Amino acid sequence: MARADTKLYNRASQVVLVRDADRTVLTMSNDFQGDLKEFAVVVPVPTFLTREQIHVGEKKLIDHLDAYSSPRLVEYFDPDPCQKWEARDMAAPSSALKAAGNAVGRAQSLGVTVEARYTVGEYDVVILSAKQSTGLETWLTENRYRIPAGASSVLAAYIKQGMRFFVARVNLTEQAKLGFSYLRPIQVAYESPKFMLPIRLGMVNANGPQELFVYALTRQGRVETTNYRTVKLPSDMDVPLYVREEFAGFYRAMFSERVRQERMQTVFLEYAWDMNWCDPCAAAPLSREELRGLGVFWLEEGASASGAAPVFLTRLHLRYDKAHFPEDLVFQETADRTNFQARYVLRHAFEGDVSCSAGGEYRRSLMQRREQEAKNLVSLTGWRISEVRRKMGLADSSADGQRWYERLWNR
Amino acid sequence: MNTLRRMFSRDPRVYQIVTLAALLLYGMACLGFDITPLRAGLLLGTALATQLVFTRVVRLPAFDPLSPTISALSLCLLLRTNSPVIAAAAGFAAIASKFLLRWNGKHLFNPTNFGLVATMLATGAVWVSPGQWGNAAFLAFLFACAGGLVVRRAARSDVTFAFLAAYLFLVFARSIHLGEPLAIPIHRLESGALLLFAFFMISDPKTTPDSRAGRILFGLLVATGAAFVQFRLFRTNGPIWSLALFALLVPVIDLVLPGPRYAWNATRFLPKGDSHATLGNLAPDPPFRPSRARGPRVLRVLRGQGGHQAL
Repeated sequence: MARADTKLYNRASQVVLVRDADRTVLTMSNDFQGDLKEFAVVVPVPTFLTREQIHVGEKKLIDHLDAYSSPRLVEYFDPDPCQKWEARDMAAPSSALKAAGNAVGRAQSLGVTVEARYTVGEYDVVILSAKQSTGLETWLTENRYRIPAGASSVLAAYIKQGMRFFVARVNLTEQAKLGFSYLRPIQVAYESPKFMLPIRLGMVNANGPQELFVYALTRQGRVETTNYRTVKLPSDMDVPLYVREEFAGFYRAMFSERVRQERMQTVFLEYAWDMNWCDPCAAAPLSREELRGLGVFWLEEGASASGAAPVFLTRLHLRYDKAHFPEDLVFQETADRTNFQARYVLRHAFEGDVSCSAGGEYRRSLMQRREQEAKNLVSLTGWRISEVRRKMGLADSSADGQRWYERLWNR
Repeated sequence: MNTLRRMFSRDPRVYQIVTLAALLLYGMACLGFDITPLRAGLLLGTALATQLVFTRVVRLPAFDPLSPTISALSLCLLLRTNSPVIAAAAGFAAIASKFLLRWNGKHLFNPTNFGLVATMLATGAVWVSPGQWGNAAFLAFLFACAGGLVVRRAARSDVTFAFLAAYLFLVFARSIHLGEPLAIPIHRLESGALLLFAFFMISDPKTTPDSRAGRILFGLLVATGAAFVQFRLFRTNGPIWSLALFALLVPVIDLVLPGPRYAWNATRFLPKGDSHATLGNLAPDPPFRPSRARGPRVLRVLRGQGGHQAL
């Protein structure tokens, strides 16, 4: 089993959106690495939230979801060309991330209504509404939430839409009592027609693009963005065997290459599948218990664990910055139940005796196949063909009729 | 340009078919539209067959392939479903609506719009992806759509302009009110889905009001409804829902603000049950040629209902 490093991306967030009709459960996961005193989240939410609507979830559920839906490698073993067939599937890795937390700050209030204060698990949560964005910015700053300079212009639009702000930071005493060494994901449940994810606040002072994974769990079908194009990652391509050893690097390079080709204007679909099964499975499907933990509210409690769970998972991945993603993400659930996974195929050559007449044919086809795999890899990742050939152990020159000047400049 | 104009001015719908087909090929080849050639064939086949059947049933003077081709191509661009049966049903509903849902000699709904809305409401297994165009090809898209205006001398572009102006105003006004940077409304308006709607769906001269004042009013209403769906109800495809709703109001608008009825090409014999396409030479209908003597009773009633323009 080829499994990639779980810290593929440094500036990334993971969000789980459970949605049916107008009900939403939003889970935000943070891999915040700095001083916990500095940690804070400020999230615009469409409605007021009571204590019961806020929950602290388990990190391992998101990790499981990530592993289950990650792009994967499949390995096939060539049959004996002189005999008949046998195939085997193998699945691979898992991305995972770090979340960019929003900041912390200083001392007191102005034109801002603190609608509620809760302590939930290790978090101190405040629900705010405001009349003016400058007041809100001042309040946040004075209350030692370090909010990026210039945030008030972004806050203003949310305030005028009547949105509230969910603000959380770590209660160090509670955290010490609970004894967790990492931040658990925060979950909020609300009812609103708005099926969106606010990303603008996080871009205010970001230096460079950010990475976001959205796992949407719905009852009916695939989720897509309506204000940005959602495109599938390339899938089902044969790649050289050595990719097995550097799958994480391959995935990162491929994603960057796709982002470049689409001029950073699209959202990528990495996985869309009925939650009841997978083929091949990168990890076992989530149990009903786990799904409920993530907020899938339509699964009956205590119902037979074996029954089919009506849950469809969509995994979206995007790299965004202010210039290319001016608007918050708006989603819709479609009726599309077509299964999709980003998978890459390794084909192992038959290693036995191939001295029969079909064997010669097979050996020739192998050479062509290797070349094709090299080209696929180059087109997927933008890596240098010479480097790919070297790693594959292919003769770097002649075979494909490359000119000397083509080799000179490495393409 | 003149050659082009001559080529297309025989019937503005030819230009429309060429544009829609080009957009479809572009979408399939470059944007990964979720539609196969087989599905496109199914939609075209169903639409044409439905038109043929109704042509026979209501004894139209000639089979007209242009209108159902436009409806089918539009459905290829917009309608998404996993089920071929539902796709075919949408093609059928689109064309059948022209013959069955009529008022005062005009069909009520733009056929594509009806096919979409009917199957979305009835099955829940149909969706439209407004994000499928992205923003990259916006300018090319705009030129293709605007080309239609040039070719067709902009006779009925008033409804397109009224809609676009009102929608643009509403989207900008909302963003300015909220204090959003202008990049946001611009991003919202740089949408292929919006252009397709404005230039190819709402502009359908057969289902818009007869008078210019009526059409401008209609454009404003649809834009307001679209913005309401989008920004108050927070649902997608505001323009499509809004058009279906306000189409029901067209008979009233025609009553209050009457005007000359549209015909695709005044020189051809008319009464046809077709629709679609934008703009074109604005011409009053040719005189009604009654044929009440033929056909079963239901059809005579249908024709009679058609007033001065027969089915």
